[in-house]
Amino acid sequence: MIQAKYTVVRGDYARAGEASADIKRTLKQLGVDSSTLRRIAVASYESELNMVIHSLGGTLTLVIDNDRVKLTSNDLGPGIFDVNEAMQEGYSTADDIARNYGFGAGMGLPNMRRNADKFAIYSMVPDGTTIEMEFNIG
Amino acid sequence: MMTIEQIITALDARVLRGHDKLDQNIYCACCSDLMSDVLAFVNNEKTALLTGLTNIQVVRTAEMLDLKCLIFARGKVPDEQVLDAADELGLVVLTAPRTMFTCAGILFEGGVRGASLPWPGLES
Ligand SMILES: Nc1ncnc2c1ncn2[C@@H]1O[C@H](COP(=O)(O)OP(=O)(O)OP(=O)(O)O)[C@@H](O)[C@H]1O
Ligand SMILES: [Mg+2]
Repeated sequence: MIQAKYTVVRGDYARAGEASADIKRTLKQLGVDSSTLRRIAVASYESELNMVIHSLGGTLTLVIDNDRVKLTSNDLGPGIFDVNEAMQEGYSTADDIARNYGFGAGMGLPNMRRNADKFAIYSMVPDGTTIEMEFNIG
Repeated sequence: MMTIEQIITALDARVLRGHDKLDQNIYCACCSDLMSDVLAFVNNEKTALLTGLTNIQVVRTAEMLDLKCLIFARGKVPDEQVLDAADELGLVVLTAPRTMFTCAGILFEGGVRGASLPWPGLES
């Protein structure tokens, strides 16, 4: 079993995506096929960017257990008031800074759900948001 | 399909990085300033990303999707730091002196197609 934990900093656009890039490299070294790798990388990157853009900061955790990859994002708040609304394609509260970086289409959460084999989101205001995703790599 | 060399000629583009990788074939292109849209629609690694954004997240997006080629429209040139990050990933980076619309039209005319959309009933 391989495990890695990355700290994700609020508003740090310059480094946003580095955790996901590292996760992708790790999985590539393990021989994960390119289309599965792409699904995991996209979902990971979207969750990492959401923590940079919308949260106070948090962590991204990777667990590789035999033929299963688990990715968990866990942030420090402020949480999502209405998760169903946030899951809708096109729903976004991203600010101008995020939009200037190319984010705020309201596609991140739907992208995660579509790419992951298992997807769960838990959120509490003001405690924070946790997203658990699983991918079969077997 | 076009080779990157053909794309350079057709767009009057300038090569910013990846001079030694211009013989690759490009089958698809994606034209957007919204990275999450790119992340949602692109499912073929032989894809070029045509965009007007020049920040580091464009390179990261390309990295997640294993894209081969970035084309910056309207003659935009990213910072050295962004170019070097692209270079490290082995991306070809071009800048073209035309609008996104014109670049996209020229690529389509040359035989490059849009990414196939993941939803039934929609065609690129
Ligand atoms: N970790 C989070 N903490 C607080 N709010 C969040 C978090 N993740 C998402 N949200 C809320 O859910 C909305 C939708 O998220 P989603 O990722 O789908 O779109 P986006 O980030 O706004 O744009 P895109 O992902 O297309 O760049 C966000 O605009 C934000 O309001
Ligand atoms: Mg998002």
